[in-house]
Amino acid sequence: MHAALAVIFLTLFSGGGFGLMALIAIINDLHIDGGLSPSQTLIGVLLSLVFVTIGMLSSTAHLANPKNAWRAFTRWRTSWLAREGVFAVSFYPFAIGYLVWVFLTGAPDARIGLTLASIAGLLGLITIFCQGMIYAVLRTIRQWNTPLVPANFYAMGLATGATLLAAIRVITGGNASIFIGLAIALIAAVALLKGIYYFWISRPAGPTIHTATGFNRSTVRLLDQGHTFGTFLTEEFGHILPQEKARSIKVLMYLLAVVVPIIALGVSLGAQSVPAVIVAAVSIVVGLGLERWLFFVEAQHVVNLYHGRQRC
Amino acid sequence: MRLGLVIDLDTCVGCHACAVACKEWNTSGTTAPLTDYNPYGAKPSGVWFNRIRHYEIGEYPYNKTVNFPMSCMHCENAECVTVCPTGASHKRPEDGIVLVDQDKCMGCNYCSWACPYGARELDRVSGTMKKCTLCIDRIYDMEIPEEERQPACVLTCPAHARMFGDFDDPESPVSRAVRERGGYQLLPELNYDPTNHYLPPRVHAPIPTEGLKKKAAIKVKEWVNRVIER
Repeated sequence: MHAALAVIFLTLFSGGGFGLMALIAIINDLHIDGGLSPSQTLIGVLLSLVFVTIGMLSSTAHLANPKNAWRAFTRWRTSWLAREGVFAVSFYPFAIGYLVWVFLTGAPDARIGLTLASIAGLLGLITIFCQGMIYAVLRTIRQWNTPLVPANFYAMGLATGATLLAAIRVITGGNASIFIGLAIALIAAVALLKGIYYFWISRPAGPTIHTATGFNRSTVRLLDQGHTFGTFLTEEFGHILPQEKARSIKVLMYLLAVVVPIIALGVSLGAQSVPAVIVAAVSIVVGLGLERWLFFVEAQHVVNLYHGRQRC
Repeated sequence: MRLGLVIDLDTCVGCHACAVACKEWNTSGTTAPLTDYNPYGAKPSGVWFNRIRHYEIGEYPYNKTVNFPMSCMHCENAECVTVCPTGASHKRPEDGIVLVDQDKCMGCNYCSWACPYGARELDRVSGTMKKCTLCIDRIYDMEIPEEERQPACVLTCPAHARMFGDFDDPESPVSRAVRERGGYQLLPELNYDPTNHYLPPRVHAPIPTEGLKKKAAIKVKEWVNRVIER
């Protein structure tokens, strides 16, 4: 698949933003580690809104005809993309409501505020599921057609959110050991789930050139694809990453998204180091951006069987 | 009604006339134009609804070239319609034709991801997704003679390798051809239930090429060739 930067940014940033909001709601609801102070809550919700907005705005850059984008909210009965749009937009009033409430009252743990935060967090989590399902429903791409995709989106969104939250706590000078522990646990979950995913997609499966053409009992070889130069289909779906290169990029991805953030968070656990948590936050976002790029480039659409591929 | 095509892989000669006729008709049809990019440049490209591939089946000497035209299959389980967030992609309940409403499409490409047959191509100039309409602006046109109310690709095919008809009618020519010739669907395991069917090549007795007794005329011809050799 062609990896469009706009779509990479959409799930990377909005996933992190939704994960952050959900964690803020859970922590203030349950008063974990004393809850967040009003200023920590304000920074957190604002950062969540900024992340979600970066994601949403960049997604419109992917549209070839954005003047019809408003219509994307209409088919929520059947389309996960429409559902994602509806839930993502409905997230805003509640998240902004909580932001305004905390700003005006200075009481992030009052009942009305917590209700707003909980609804925003829940809508964010539902949106992450919709984003995963956009890919997971496609039977045409076996690397995406697995429940591991929404599961991974949850792990990555929550791990990004937890790392940001730990960074906010350390920068604003609170005791962050519980939040850092949470972030490290969630990053470990990302590493594990991503490992299961890579194991899963490495097994040969899915349609072959035989079922694509109906000639099941003999060798089938493409002689000519019928066009001399590229088409929309070859440009959108034709990308292929050599296995050697994919492996080294995966190592880099694990380094940036898992190893560096865990070490940096571990360093700041004792020392409350501000630079270390900033390194952790930047590194996980860059690393997961690389993961999202791989997610697209490794996806092999069945239409490639009509352009010479023997299996997908 | 369930309208669609039957493509006879036995008689298709791979001339691309169907693709050209399709391009010609539809570039001024309901989803016109079918934009070309850089048509006189070094690497011309553009939007086509119908593309013909050529395959080699089997190993020499038991091999065969099969020409393989592909356009929209107008699937019963059209996932391209299910995933469309705007409602631009739709399947007409009355005849099963899958269409893209050019006034509603926002060009997100999602339907092309959902299509296993590569039937959808984004027009990068209009920013909308385009696809085979089964020549909806021909088949219902009461102004043209009845025998011409067929898709442009079917009318133009010199080998009569394409048939158009109603698959819901068990006695229609397309239904009978599928029944009698063992017509099949592509990628059945994905369960899109495509309407278009493909008829496999007929089994012919192989034409011998070796160890043949030479006819007298051929002997004369070979002798003449030797004599007048320069």
